[in-house]
Amino acid sequence: MIGSGPIVIGQACEFDYSGTQAIKALRAEGLEVILVNSNPATIMTDPELSDRTYVEPLTPDALEKIIEKERPDAILPTVGGQTALNLAVTLDELGILEKHKVELIGAQIPAIKVAEDRLLFRDAMKEIGVEVPESGVAKTLEEALEIVERTKFPAIIRPSFTMGGVGGGIAYNLEEFKEIAGRGLSLSPVHEVLIEESVIGWKEFELEVMRDGADNFVVICSIENIDPMGVHTGDSITIAPALTLTDKEYQRMRDWGRRIIRRVGVETGGSNIQFAINPDDGRMIVIEMNPRVSRSSALASKATGFPIAKIAAKLALGYRLDEIPNDITRVTPASFEPTIDYIVTKIPRWNFEKFPQADRTLTTQMKSVGEAMAIGRTFKESFLKGIRSLELGKEGSLFRRPAADGDDAVTSPEEEEAALRRKLVVPNDRRMWELFRALDLGWDIEKLHELTNIDPWFLQQFKEIVELRKTAEMIGLRDMSHDLMRTLKRAGFGDKELSEILGVNETAVREKRQELKLKASFKRIDTCAAEFESFTPYLYSSFEDACEADPTDRQKVIILGSGPNRIGQGIEFDYCCCHAVFGFKHEGFETVMINCNPETVSTDYDTADRLYFEPLTFEDVMAVIERERDGNVDVSCVVQFGGQTPLKLALALQEAGVNILGTSPDSIDLAEDRQRFNQLLWDLGIPQPASGTATSRAEAREVAAKVGFPVVVRPSYVLGGRNMAIVYDVATLDRYMTGAVDVSHDRPILIDRFLEHAKEIDVDCVADATGTVVIGGIMEHIEEAGIHSGDSSCVVPPPFLSDKHVATIRDYTRRIARALKVVGLMNTQYAIKDDTVYVLEVNPRASRTVPYLSKANGQPLAQIAARVMAGKSLAELGVTDDLTPAGMFVKSPVFPFVRFPGVDTILGPEMKSTGEVMGGAGSFGMAFIKAMLGAGQRLPESGAVCITVNNDDKNDVLPIAQGLVALGFEIIGTRGTAAYLRAHGVDCSVVYKVNEGRPSLADEIVNRRISMVINTPHGRESFFDDKAVRRAAMMAGIPCITTITGAAAALEAIRALKTEGMEVRALQDYYSAVAANQ
Amino acid sequence: MNAILALEDGTWFQGVSAGAPGHTEGEVVFNTSMSGYQEILTDPSYAGQIVTMTAPQIGNYGVAETDVESGKPQVAGFIMRDLSPVASNFRALGSLRDYLTRHNIVAIGDIDTRALTRKLRSAGVMRGIIATGTIDPAQLVEKTRQIAHMEGSDLVKDVTCKAAYDFKTSLADAVDEATYGIAPLRRAKRPLRVAAYDFGIKQNILRRLAAHGCEVRVFPASTPAADVLAWKPDGIFLSNGPGDPAAVTYAIDNIKELSKTDVPTFGICLGHQLMGLALGAKTYKLKFGHRGGNHPVKQLSSGAIEITSQNHGFAVDPDSLPSNVKVTHLNLYDGTVEGLRHTDKPMFSVQYHPEASPGPHDADYLFQEFLDEMEK
Ligand SMILES: Nc1ncnc2c1ncn2[C@@H]1O[C@H](COP(=O)(O)OP(=O)(O)O)[C@@H](O)[C@H]1O
Ligand SMILES: Nc1ncnc2c1ncn2[C@@H]1O[C@H](COP(=O)(O)OP(=O)(O)O)[C@@H](O)[C@H]1O
Ligand SMILES: [Mg+2]
Ligand SMILES: [Mg+2]
Repeated sequence: MIGSGPIVIGQACEFDYSGTQAIKALRAEGLEVILVNSNPATIMTDPELSDRTYVEPLTPDALEKIIEKERPDAILPTVGGQTALNLAVTLDELGILEKHKVELIGAQIPAIKVAEDRLLFRDAMKEIGVEVPESGVAKTLEEALEIVERTKFPAIIRPSFTMGGVGGGIAYNLEEFKEIAGRGLSLSPVHEVLIEESVIGWKEFELEVMRDGADNFVVICSIENIDPMGVHTGDSITIAPALTLTDKEYQRMRDWGRRIIRRVGVETGGSNIQFAINPDDGRMIVIEMNPRVSRSSALASKATGFPIAKIAAKLALGYRLDEIPNDITRVTPASFEPTIDYIVTKIPRWNFEKFPQADRTLTTQMKSVGEAMAIGRTFKESFLKGIRSLELGKEGSLFRRPAADGDDAVTSPEEEEAALRRKLVVPNDRRMWELFRALDLGWDIEKLHELTNIDPWFLQQFKEIVELRKTAEMIGLRDMSHDLMRTLKRAGFGDKELSEILGVNETAVREKRQELKLKASFKRIDTCAAEFESFTPYLYSSFEDACEADPTDRQKVIILGSGPNRIGQGIEFDYCCCHAVFGFKHEGFETVMINCNPETVSTDYDTADRLYFEPLTFEDVMAVIERERDGNVDVSCVVQFGGQTPLKLALALQEAGVNILGTSPDSIDLAEDRQRFNQLLWDLGIPQPASGTATSRAEAREVAAKVGFPVVVRPSYVLGGRNMAIVYDVATLDRYMTGAVDVSHDRPILIDRFLEHAKEIDVDCVADATGTVVIGGIMEHIEEAGIHSGDSSCVVPPPFLSDKHVATIRDYTRRIARALKVVGLMNTQYAIKDDTVYVLEVNPRASRTVPYLSKANGQPLAQIAARVMAGKSLAELGVTDDLTPAGMFVKSPVFPFVRFPGVDTILGPEMKSTGEVMGGAGSFGMAFIKAMLGAGQRLPESGAVCITVNNDDKNDVLPIAQGLVALGFEIIGTRGTAAYLRAHGVDCSVVYKVNEGRPSLADEIVNRRISMVINTPHGRESFFDDKAVRRAAMMAGIPCITTITGAAAALEAIRALKTEGMEVRALQDYYSAVAANQ
Repeated sequence: MNAILALEDGTWFQGVSAGAPGHTEGEVVFNTSMSGYQEILTDPSYAGQIVTMTAPQIGNYGVAETDVESGKPQVAGFIMRDLSPVASNFRALGSLRDYLTRHNIVAIGDIDTRALTRKLRSAGVMRGIIATGTIDPAQLVEKTRQIAHMEGSDLVKDVTCKAAYDFKTSLADAVDEATYGIAPLRRAKRPLRVAAYDFGIKQNILRRLAAHGCEVRVFPASTPAADVLAWKPDGIFLSNGPGDPAAVTYAIDNIKELSKTDVPTFGICLGHQLMGLALGAKTYKLKFGHRGGNHPVKQLSSGAIEITSQNHGFAVDPDSLPSNVKVTHLNLYDGTVEGLRHTDKPMFSVQYHPEASPGPHDADYLFQEFLDEMEK
């Protein structure tokens, strides 16, 4: 089985969910499962899940080595996203499948080709009388230009065989067309783009369909996109079931679906088919079909309770749909079509704030990094629950008065109107909020439909929400009647939103509500609209009469999930939540999961004993806790595993009398609160970079003067290094302070001395109530401090750290953990500068690196932590010594830059990576090169390396240049660097910088003259645009290394590549080797 | 305006009026289709029944001229979670609410339809009343207990046509059929005369027969077999319809007569139950019936699965079948009989709705099988 690799935009943890389901299903059939996936932060790569687990790069040669070693009978390529599908195609083309007699199951090559090759697909559709947009396929820009003559503007450009529409786009004029088509051609693995007639503004729908070997066909779920054609489904707010189709229209779509899956030839499994319908005359066309489980099928599974991936795996083994039981009803078979009696809303979450230069326009290329799903009995309820599931804070509120809006306040009504129109016409991540603002200003539905093409039915629903808001505001809380409050709650308004609307605090609303005896009840997701009894407690809240939760009286623990994926809080935390569940189950608890991210394993109804698909807000969590308490047992809550999301709730929950297991909320606060934490370290005598806090320019200058430049500045309480900057001078500091948003005395700006050229180290440990602390691993960063821990590669065990420092770090970690009375996990970040170990920060919770360490050690850290929180001591669990890795393991990040033209790829203290891969080997070099490969970076074995570094780095880069020469590389340098290297006996030629003359370095990269670039930034916005170089390199797909330490690692990796040659090894083998040695 | 739904078991729901004002009574049933409320409302098989849609958002795409299965809504009453005030579809002629009001259908909205459905699922279908305005629930509950039971009541006589007529597709019908219907597997080699017994026939059955090249004459339910045979039909069709099949004795007698001839006969839903009874089988009432568009049915000859459109409260008892009648289709939900075929007469029938509308088109092949029989 092939996994989907690192988390990237368009391919997130939904494939961990589907893959995990598939593995379980296959093993239940007694098959031996061999898994290949480069992403360690997945449940599917847990060593006990598969028989053999290869955390290796998803490249043809790695795969062939594994095939040679394991001799599998078949490959299942349909649950690992586009990555697995493309890899399967390549393996076939290279004749590897045939050579080793491996058959493909799930989808055959011809079917994959018909579905993925836009041209073949178009012709196949015409053959069966299914309409597709006018289109043509081009392999060159010239061909593309000819085609667009026919298909006209706006033109849709889609590269073949790319996922999430990478490199695609909409062109409104020739200039744009040339740019996008050019980019598409280079990004398509087969250098081919489809130029297509635009149907922008049509209604967009998806069908999730399944077919078995006996040609039985079912539709699992229909999905409607609120954002019409032109916005990628992954960037659209979508709902299930489709709500604006007559039965006639829907059945026609279903008939087409059956014809399409038959013609494409997907014999068994699930497929996703996208349709567009012209709202004016009902004309329907098909957009594409994905012959595999997809993001949408994960959504459909969660939306209906029908486990598509699991069933798909069984079908691939030859089962018929009617031979597979429906887990939820038990009595009925899987050969049916789920019918649902609630509305599901999926809302994407974007991270544009991290890429200021990125274009926020939403097009045919997906840009969101995560999504939240919400369930309600009506569309309004579901939609409003979805909005609050996004955790956008103030930004997320649909009900802020225009005045409260920072950006375009104080403009004339005309300007305001024009500005608003623009924001509504051009789809962007904030459009829904702008839409509510327009409704607020009284714009009517016709006008809004004209501007957005959103179906009037949805606009009507939004309008009703706004009207309700206005009524509530008018009446006020004191005079609010039972009926009005009931109506508001049934429409999905949260206590928090109401408190904003009514200008009171949340508690007041909550008390009023309780006084009116209004509380949430819970309904079950049962695939059949209550026609049959449901045996799985998969629940959602609604303000209805009857409640179906019926909690048990078992001792139970509630695990709070991590909500929608976002940069800085992704799959790693879902992995930890799942392991918390396993741990507590092990200790005999009934486990209750609350989460709202449909992509995850934690929201699989058979992960926890009970699943509540709910927003992670105080109100929604308390509702579940109160309901579960009716089982007359005390309910404990766990906040340590879901990242910052549950942590933010810890204090409030505790104040509400909820028992929080593990590290106390007070200790959590102690670690988060600057003053208190500094004091603690001072008492422990553990060094920390000099620091201070400021709320004004003047104060900032003072602090800076005290601690000395350069400094790191950031707002308090941030995650993923949000708004964090390294400041070298007073002027920049002033600018930062002026720009800084909502600074106040309880939320000051934090200013730390920036430790330049310091080595950074991450440590995860688990501690129990007896004060025993076990260190899970000491991770040495490749990049130096200043680059966010989530963005730098790291390695265990630390190859370059002195024993002295390792000892110090162990000692500090233990003392801090004990001082904070940590029970469970703790993550600490250190920096070493001038032989001193400094503490950068402490997070008394599960961290991003826990899954990676668990794979490296073969010990499920998060699970151990959960069992400790359940009351076991580490001694009782038999883990008392610090854990040691079973080999050399490197973790490397993966970045979304390729999707954001114009964004600089340089790294800093603000995290930008979406995912990670792991490489393992006996030596650091080999482990590193595997990590590089896994992350899609192919390091060269020969050719020309261009070096262009700033002055501070020149003498450190010298040994690297010499090393490269020794390995037979040609060295090219920009003027300064070249002069320096020559002066030190490295023979190297000179190339122009960008803006210095041409052909410039960027040109040479495009000309494929250069196989690797080593470029450390020449300070802020230097005239010689490094940025252009880094982008050129990325677009050309050649490695561009931006740190000296990274370059050193690369050198060692290349050396290893040339001397050792790559080997593959299953995790199970690493572990057994270690066991053998003991 | 407020409205109340009261049930015979004593429970009642407070909601809002969603259709015509007033008071209506009937057997409360639920339908799990996610689309097709207009087809359901106008399906004569629902006569005497108050229908709950389990899908919560109803009325979104309004009502269209051609999405009707008969001249007017036939349900006794209608229950929804949330009724849309607007109609959003290019074919829509108006909102569902106006449509219900215009046709005097009493309806209730904004109640916990899932709670109601679970009640009907566990207690079985119940008699109930919807009343608008301010009324005493306790009294309503009392009233529900006087409502006549479905068992033993012939509802066909109220919905069948008064006189025989020849079916002609309207232009609008034809256009929609072309856009949304599916191409028949084949058309009749020559125009075939089909005599359709109207027990409450759905328009789309007539459309499908016509699409397959049949000339259809529709006869009132009580038409003697002799009169039908006098028209020299190539085949006889027994339609769907409301109520208890066992109570429609005259139809059973006529079908007995017809079964003595060798005229190919095809029955759907009530027609299927009547054929079963005429051939000597028994029928019984299901706890809460089958109403929806997602029921899996297995064709025993091929093992193929059809996702079917269903609407029935009674079923044929397999143990009561004479040896010359075989079960051809089974319901995979509960194993009930979904299809019958006579071993030595060209007679066959299905419990579900191959004409769909609303629902999937999987079973359309049955019309072709009817052609095959007629052309033998
Ligand atoms: N011809 C078209 N006109 C307008 N929008 C289109 C067209 N084709 C695709 N799109 C939009 O682009 C999005 C992505 O296209 P799709 O074919 O689904 O690519 P992907 O493989 O990335 O899902 C679709 O969801 C749709 O909104
Ligand atoms: N005083 C400092 N000196 C050098 N680098 C620092 C300093 N403080 C933070 N950093 C860098 O910034 C990154 C993010 O800071 P951190 O406190 O970990 O924020 P977050 O809570 O977002 O992880 C760290 O990984 C480290 O590389
Ligand atoms: Mg798509
Ligand atoms: Mg695709």
